[in-house]
Amino acid sequence: MASYTPTVSLDDPRTSTGGNGHIPPHHHDGDDFGSSFFDVRLRRARLGLVVGLTGIVMIFISFSSAYVVRQGLPTLDPRTDVLLHDWFPVPLPRLLLVNTAVLLISSLTMEIARRQAARKAALAQLASVPGVSMPAKEGVSWLALTVVLGLSFLAGQWMAWRELAASGFYVASSPSSSFVYLLTGMHGVHLFGGVVALLTAGAASLLRRPADSQAIAVDVTGWYWHFMAFLWVYILCLLEFVH
Amino acid sequence: MGLVLLVIIWLITFISAYFFIAKTWWLPTGASAAAAGIDHHFTTTYILMGIVFVAAQVLLGLFAWKYRDRAAGSPARYSHGNNTLEIVWTVLTLILFVGLNLMSSSIWASERFRSAEPGALQVEVTGMQFAWYFRYAGPDGKFGATNPELIDPSAGGESAIGLDTTDPASKDDVVTGTMYAPVNREVEVILRAHDVIHSFFVPSMRFKQDAVPGLAIHMHFTPISTGDYEIACAELCGLGHYKMHGMLKVVSQEDFDKWLAAREAEKQ
Amino acid sequence: MAGSTGGGETIMATRELAAHELHAHAAPQGFIRKWVFSLDHKVIGLQYYFLALTAVFVGMFLSLLMRIHLIWPNVSLPLVGEIKPETYLSLLTMHGTIMVFFVLTTAPQGGFGNYFLPIQIGAADMAFPVLNMLSFWVTFLGYIVMLSAFFVVGGAPLHGWTGYPPLSALQSAGPGEGPGADLWVISIALFCVGALMSALNFITTTLDMRARGMSMMRMPLTCWAWFITAILGLLAFGVLFSAGILLLMDRNAGTSFFVPLVVVNGQLVAHKGGSPLLWQHLFWFFGHPEVYIAILPAMGLCSQLVSVFSRKPIFGYKAMVYAMLSIGLLGFMVWGHHMFMSGMSPYSAFAFSIMTMAIGVPSAIKTFNWLGTLWGGRIRFYSPMLFAIGFVSLFVSGGISGPFLAQPVLDIPLHDTYFVTGHFHLIMGVASIFGIFAATYYWFPKMFGRMMSESLARWHFWFTFVGTYAIFMPMHYLGMAGATRRYSQFTELAYLRNLIPLQKFITYAAIVTIAGQFIFLFNLFWSMKYGKKASDNPWEATTLEWTTATPPPHDNFGGLTPVVYNGPYEYSVPGAPRDYVMQNDPATVAAH
Repeated sequence: MASYTPTVSLDDPRTSTGGNGHIPPHHHDGDDFGSSFFDVRLRRARLGLVVGLTGIVMIFISFSSAYVVRQGLPTLDPRTDVLLHDWFPVPLPRLLLVNTAVLLISSLTMEIARRQAARKAALAQLASVPGVSMPAKEGVSWLALTVVLGLSFLAGQWMAWRELAASGFYVASSPSSSFVYLLTGMHGVHLFGGVVALLTAGAASLLRRPADSQAIAVDVTGWYWHFMAFLWVYILCLLEFVH
Repeated sequence: MGLVLLVIIWLITFISAYFFIAKTWWLPTGASAAAAGIDHHFTTTYILMGIVFVAAQVLLGLFAWKYRDRAAGSPARYSHGNNTLEIVWTVLTLILFVGLNLMSSSIWASERFRSAEPGALQVEVTGMQFAWYFRYAGPDGKFGATNPELIDPSAGGESAIGLDTTDPASKDDVVTGTMYAPVNREVEVILRAHDVIHSFFVPSMRFKQDAVPGLAIHMHFTPISTGDYEIACAELCGLGHYKMHGMLKVVSQEDFDKWLAAREAEKQ
Repeated sequence: MAGSTGGGETIMATRELAAHELHAHAAPQGFIRKWVFSLDHKVIGLQYYFLALTAVFVGMFLSLLMRIHLIWPNVSLPLVGEIKPETYLSLLTMHGTIMVFFVLTTAPQGGFGNYFLPIQIGAADMAFPVLNMLSFWVTFLGYIVMLSAFFVVGGAPLHGWTGYPPLSALQSAGPGEGPGADLWVISIALFCVGALMSALNFITTTLDMRARGMSMMRMPLTCWAWFITAILGLLAFGVLFSAGILLLMDRNAGTSFFVPLVVVNGQLVAHKGGSPLLWQHLFWFFGHPEVYIAILPAMGLCSQLVSVFSRKPIFGYKAMVYAMLSIGLLGFMVWGHHMFMSGMSPYSAFAFSIMTMAIGVPSAIKTFNWLGTLWGGRIRFYSPMLFAIGFVSLFVSGGISGPFLAQPVLDIPLHDTYFVTGHFHLIMGVASIFGIFAATYYWFPKMFGRMMSESLARWHFWFTFVGTYAIFMPMHYLGMAGATRRYSQFTELAYLRNLIPLQKFITYAAIVTIAGQFIFLFNLFWSMKYGKKASDNPWEATTLEWTTATPPPHDNFGGLTPVVYNGPYEYSVPGAPRDYVMQNDPATVAAH
């Protein structure tokens, strides 16, 4: 159960230096996960992501439970002393379905980008072997495409909000409209965070950071992105079907 | 140092325990039907927990002194624990704690799982920043309508609770700032709040319940001795929380009827 | 585990490779990189610690003003002037909020946890140093925002650290419920973010960065405590964050999550249909785990210290671990016990009360085990041990009043009285503070290379131990007599007036106890410069932080990657050359 600690037998340095027999490259202070080994760093980053997502999940679980409780809560009409139910579901704009499709497609492009980065990192490890050369830079930046789709989704969400307002549903119009804005807004904020992470990961490529660091950044962001898509589908179903 | 620790810990323990046993500051005399049961269970709890408290602190002080490092002493006992002991004291503690709770739950059930008796006197208790108002339904047995738009706290009484005087049922409603109740008859309180959460607390009656805006909470108690009992607000409600108090006057049924009749007469 | 070799490695060989490994961890240069935006968990730990230190003195000063006002409501104090009822309530709100968040949830975990978790498990740093640095600065920002609430129009909010709406949701409900309340919510939201980031780091580090041989069941109980605390934080702070967002929306966006149609000062508000109880459920779902977050690190440390200073293994290591895990798990199932009087269903109350009694069991087990560790020991009464023994006493006292409150029937007379205030101050406030003091006295030599003055420490201990009992034990008597909480003065009800003499006693005790804390403050700073130089392992303890230099180098182990062979509590092992066996000592086979 002890986690792997690099130790070496003087007879076999290869075993303990990550598989290529070379001393791992120096990493600048600041983005170092404390180990030079790609598999260790990747595992650690993914573990961190899972833990972080758990925290985010709790936020949305709280909102969901507030949603369910508020729906079922009769309140006392102070004039008549009668318990009233004041929950009237908001008709959701069709645009949300379009946005959903955009987000799901962006998950696809994200996955392609993630695998691309992983391949690049794997190849980079062999780049020092004579006769092996890195493939030429690939044509489409799937990462950039994901960013574009993500921003389109957010723009679409904004437009959906405008549509809602135009039909008279503002944040405070009714309890159900409050939740629509709340849930879509909180999701949007988290997705925007994902966009920023994507841009940072993209910058890593442009700044010629080592391929394995790039791959880790893209990997973690990729899983985050998929989670955001899943979360969006969940929110949509909650708003649409849970009355 | 071990001896000093023992002495101080034991002193603190015995002094604290003394004031519990001597009841120097204690629950006020119970004046409701439920008080006897609650107080009895309180006593059971405090005796049992008191024994645990004293035993634990005495042992702590004792061990601190007895097992102090002395130049000529045997080495410390190398032991990682004792599983049997762990199981034994876990089970015993569980029995103690859960047992205590189950004992009290029958009292809780009898107080809270049932609604008020049919003949109970209904009093609507309304809390607002920073006063309590009490409304009696009068001979028609019905509370008249209230309307939030009619609420005017500065005018006191009926206006403070927003009584809709156009409703015929309101005609005989009596609104007062002092609560009256007849002795030995169950009182059903209907708790409301206008603005923020308040809490209706009558220490002598062993009664406490939050008054929550948006809810009308029904609860009951039965006063069993006449007298004047202070009412305190027990949920932070703003700057006047400390002075949001009232008085419950428990009188004979005769005196209560006279009082109520006098209030009705004032309304004419 | 890919790449691990057989038993042929030596520490020497480890050092050689590790030098290459760890030159990635070269120490930063320059004041800003080194002390301000440091990525070194030790510096970040100290930053959290000093943040908590300023917060505790602010919080203490607020409570001093409160206690003075309670017995002399009309007096005009220098600098502060006369304290109005609403001001008292603002002091109360900020005292509670600052103490719970910026002291009790900051010093033990963010402070000592950050500093010592990586070292105790044999790692070079936390898993994500940049995130660690950010978590501190977000927390610091939260602190600044919290303090700023004092200085805006209307001042700090008066709704208590629990912030129940509608009082906390309506600007018109009281002075301080304007911008001050908004800042309070924003500060808490920031704190939640910082806490979640920190929890992420602690959990990942504990799971993924333990040195070779450091299995979970060989971790010091401090590490277990920090780990479980981080899990609690991860699951709880998101809920508080959500509640805060909803409250901010009710306050500023006209929504009605928590506010029904109410009339404040004769004016109808523009809300309807909301539920004040919804806030209470959300808040206490966070709030109950929060109290365990506040106390678990101190429990872990107490286990550590009673073992080190009795020269005995902790009695029942596994039971201690399971007890902490149970406390963590059950801690999420008892939140309703704060709401017995709230209008919640009496059936739910019954269910919550059974769970609450159940959670008393693991706490009792821990107490028995601490006593079991002292039994048969050779106790050394250094200052950390004094505070550890004090902790056990305070934990017992504070814990004993729990079963009263856990039973709804007994909660009827006791809820919202000084009985509750006495209970939580003893078991959460004072016990946890004793943990912080104990940690300071214990780890000061390792952090600063010098010993704190033992004689000053003893003065501090006695002032604080006797003083806090004198303050908080009488509160139980007050509560039984019906003294309600959060009253700014006791002049209006006859039965409260009768209790003023006891309130006076408490205030005098508080003044003396607060004065005694300056002994600690002086000792802390004086010893940094003038304390006796400390050896690498002045307490003769076995855990990994005592194997390294004092203070530890940037990468904690100076190029060495520790390999662990023993559990953390191998004291007085029969047949061993000394009465302690270091965790990384391969020579002695410790019978387990």
